Amino acid sequence: MAKSHIKMTVNGKAVEELVEPRTLLIHFLREQLMLTGPHIGCETSHCGACTVDLDGKSVKSCTMFAVQAAGADIRTIEGMANADGTLHALQEGFREMHGLQCGFCTPGMILRAYRLLQENTNPTEAEIRMGISGNLCRCTGYQNIVKAIQYAAAKLAGVPFQEAAE
Amino acid sequence: MNDMTPTSAERAEKLEGMGCKRKRVEDVRFTQGKGNYVDDLKLPGMLYGDLVRSPHGHARIKNIDTTKAAAVPGVVAVLTAEVLKTVNLAWMPTLAGDVQMVLADGKVLFQNQEVAFVVAESREAAADAVELVEVEYEALPVNVDPLKAMTDGAPMIREDLKDKTDGAHGKRKHYNHVFAWQAGDKAATDAAFAKADVTIREFIVYPRVHPCPLETCQCVASFDKIRGELTLWGTFQAPHVIRTVGSLISKIPEHKIHVIAPDIGGGFGNKVGAYPGYICSIVASIVTGRPVKWVEDRIENLSTTAFARDFHMDMEIAATKDGKVTAMRCYTIADHGAFDACANATKWPAGLFSIISGSYDFPTAYCLVDGVYTNKAPGGVAYRCSFRVTEAAYCIERAMDIMAQKLGMDPAEFRIKNLIRREQFPYTSAFGWQYDSGDYHTAMNKAMETVDYKKLRAEQKTKREAFKRGETREVMGIGVAFFTEIVGAGPSRACDILGIAMFDSAEIRIHPTGSGICRLGTKSQGQGHETTYAQIIATELGLPADNIMIEEGNTDTAPYGLGTYGSRSTPVSGAATAMACRKIKAKAQMIAAYMLEVHDDDLEWDVDRFRVRGNPERFKTMTELAWAAYHEVPPGMEPGLEAINYYDPPNFTFPFGAYICVVDVDVDTGTTKVRRFYALDDCGTRINPMIIEGQIHGGLTEAFGIAMGQEIHYDDDGNVTTASLMDYFLPTAVETPHWETDWTTTPSPHHPIGAKGVGESPNVGGVPCFSNAVNDAFAFLGSTHIQMPHDHWRTWTAAEKLGLHG
Repeated sequence: MAKSHIKMTVNGKAVEELVEPRTLLIHFLREQLMLTGPHIGCETSHCGACTVDLDGKSVKSCTMFAVQAAGADIRTIEGMANADGTLHALQEGFREMHGLQCGFCTPGMILRAYRLLQENTNPTEAEIRMGISGNLCRCTGYQNIVKAIQYAAAKLAGVPFQEAAE
Repeated sequence: MNDMTPTSAERAEKLEGMGCKRKRVEDVRFTQGKGNYVDDLKLPGMLYGDLVRSPHGHARIKNIDTTKAAAVPGVVAVLTAEVLKTVNLAWMPTLAGDVQMVLADGKVLFQNQEVAFVVAESREAAADAVELVEVEYEALPVNVDPLKAMTDGAPMIREDLKDKTDGAHGKRKHYNHVFAWQAGDKAATDAAFAKADVTIREFIVYPRVHPCPLETCQCVASFDKIRGELTLWGTFQAPHVIRTVGSLISKIPEHKIHVIAPDIGGGFGNKVGAYPGYICSIVASIVTGRPVKWVEDRIENLSTTAFARDFHMDMEIAATKDGKVTAMRCYTIADHGAFDACANATKWPAGLFSIISGSYDFPTAYCLVDGVYTNKAPGGVAYRCSFRVTEAAYCIERAMDIMAQKLGMDPAEFRIKNLIRREQFPYTSAFGWQYDSGDYHTAMNKAMETVDYKKLRAEQKTKREAFKRGETREVMGIGVAFFTEIVGAGPSRACDILGIAMFDSAEIRIHPTGSGICRLGTKSQGQGHETTYAQIIATELGLPADNIMIEEGNTDTAPYGLGTYGSRSTPVSGAATAMACRKIKAKAQMIAAYMLEVHDDDLEWDVDRFRVRGNPERFKTMTELAWAAYHEVPPGMEPGLEAINYYDPPNFTFPFGAYICVVDVDVDTGTTKVRRFYALDDCGTRINPMIIEGQIHGGLTEAFGIAMGQEIHYDDDGNVTTASLMDYFLPTAVETPHWETDWTTTPSPHHPIGAKGVGESPNVGGVPCFSNAVNDAFAFLGSTHIQMPHDHWRTWTAAEKLGLHG
């Protein structure tokens, strides 16, 4: 099959590759760029394990062709750490608040939470729950994921994190 | 000692041992996208496998033509049963003692059954070729109803067993019969029912569901022809079992099979068994001489690998007029699908279902289970529970509510009256289980006080009156569940899988500088083993948890073990870890005595050191002793500081809990809102409260999914209608309720550190609690039992049947 020539920015780096037109973005990221952080959980856009940030939007990369991402600016979990190598507040928050167990949904969940906090720097619990409802987790029951995102929101705002009373 | 010397308590805190909310070791890689899951593996020359599957629920295969598929560019091989027969692998044994087709041999017995395996240079080429395999089918009559399986004229599912009079577990009653299994005292139970004041009987269905971990089942097989060695990476909850079964099936010597389970994206029972995709990948690698990767998609996962439940239970309880239970009796039809691929201890075809007398002091009890074949996917795994324990807990907890309703008693008060009392432990149940420890009344009372149960019932009374007056269309339900689990399989006298006793293991090596590695026969799928096992070692040996590496999942390096499921890691491998530590500690004590020139008995342990009794200034820390073990051991002693323990538990452990749930149901829409959910768990000694709480949140969420919406459903033609995440309910953050957790601590008397296991309790207790809440909402209108799942359609239908829609 004839391949298409695409250019894009992934985690701040220019990428130039040949891909089959039918190659899904998730397969391109995982198998061609070897960015195996984003995962495949359903291939039908329900689970969100493949979520990446693309041109300022959360995108389920299992439901987009790599060629459709030509020219885009993409961020994956591999690009979440701060420039100085320290972890992003969300990465820290997920560990501090026990927001993950098997870790399979985590890269997609963190990327989704990243965009959510870009759009709403101080979300309520209900807003967080609605905001991550396109990402499924089978292990945590979400309660600690909500706390992890609240932790990150507080840290990014430079205010102390106060855990809600049980 | 001067004031600057850390106290024992301060030193203990620094170790991050048992009881500490230690942050997880695993999270460092998972939060950076550096987990190592099977599908992340990419080997040079690796091929991709994909399965052709049956569109029919039951059909004879007239012909398979692979010509067009084989001609697709990039296709390397197409396997069918005929190819597999040349290596004697068209069928494989199941863990339950049955056999299962690897690829359809003559006919297909369920929809999406594996028919052919295409191997290609890319996943896309394999998928293209799958579409071009031409299979000619002749449709056969289908049966997906277990209650019809043993009737005259029912379609014969397993022609291969036609002449077999004995199943894996005794005489077969019918050609679709798998096994009959009974427990308890039938005569005494029947006699008790004959003279009972009050009896109830209800047909309680626990529908077919699926564990549905976020990562599907997958593997990479790589056969090295020169060495004659097979390396198999896979999503295996029990890697050693896979190695042994793999050797028995393939005839490759066991020492030449290397099974590696890397990070696993959730298991919940789905990843215990051996599936056709694994066998096909192995054969394909042998045939092609190249590594072969096979990754299920979600539809394949939900429709073929390892369903759970599908128990149809005819349940009865007898009691006195004043509410003392006198007997219970249960007849169950268990739907095993087309092949009995249950993941149970082999002697227990219905698992540990005879825990069905629950937390109550039944003088006598009896149960009988008939397993049947239908045109449904094989399996019968324990979805986040010990073998068939959630079915049992659901059945008894529903039945207790129904009896309370008939007696006119409050369901909580009725339970309190019948709970096994603290002084009765260790308690032998009517089915012969010896419950190790419990303090049920304390737990129940704490739960009721915390939620202010009386106030809730008063509110419910007011609301019910308002409903009757037509002032509201909402009914309020209060669900109460008190569950007892049986986990930690298990004692070798009771438990084996294909003849291998269900012990487990830990091997610890302490390095000269006082750090170390511990390898185990279990395999974490998110439970946080790398964090918690190190905490046990930290407390036992006085070395910081951060200095201990935990390794699981590589059968070449890990000691033999039976894997992680049935809440067995802490009860069995956790015990092995503590016992191995104690061997190391005993040796360290001798070294310390030698160095301090005192008798062993003159030393006492203090957090992280041995000190001379009455002279605490003279001591040797474990770190010092580790160094000494490698250069100044007493004369005649072997150098080094390591130990291994294979732990055969003397008994199961019996975690328990009291759960209370409050729901509001809109009778016009059938929508149920969970207002409150309180879970009190007693899992014995608590190793890491943060992880326990996380496990409970997760298990409750899975219970919520099961009770409120999950079902693997087949239509009458054998089509599975719920095989994608469009149709199969996985709760999102929006539906998932807020969880309140609490605990009591009743250590297990037979476990070295008193721990019982916790990961599955919330599923076992949660499902009946939700269901009881929904049922309780309608109880005042005369309803006794509404079948799960309680989605809005079924709930609306129940309301309709009760005449609530005018």
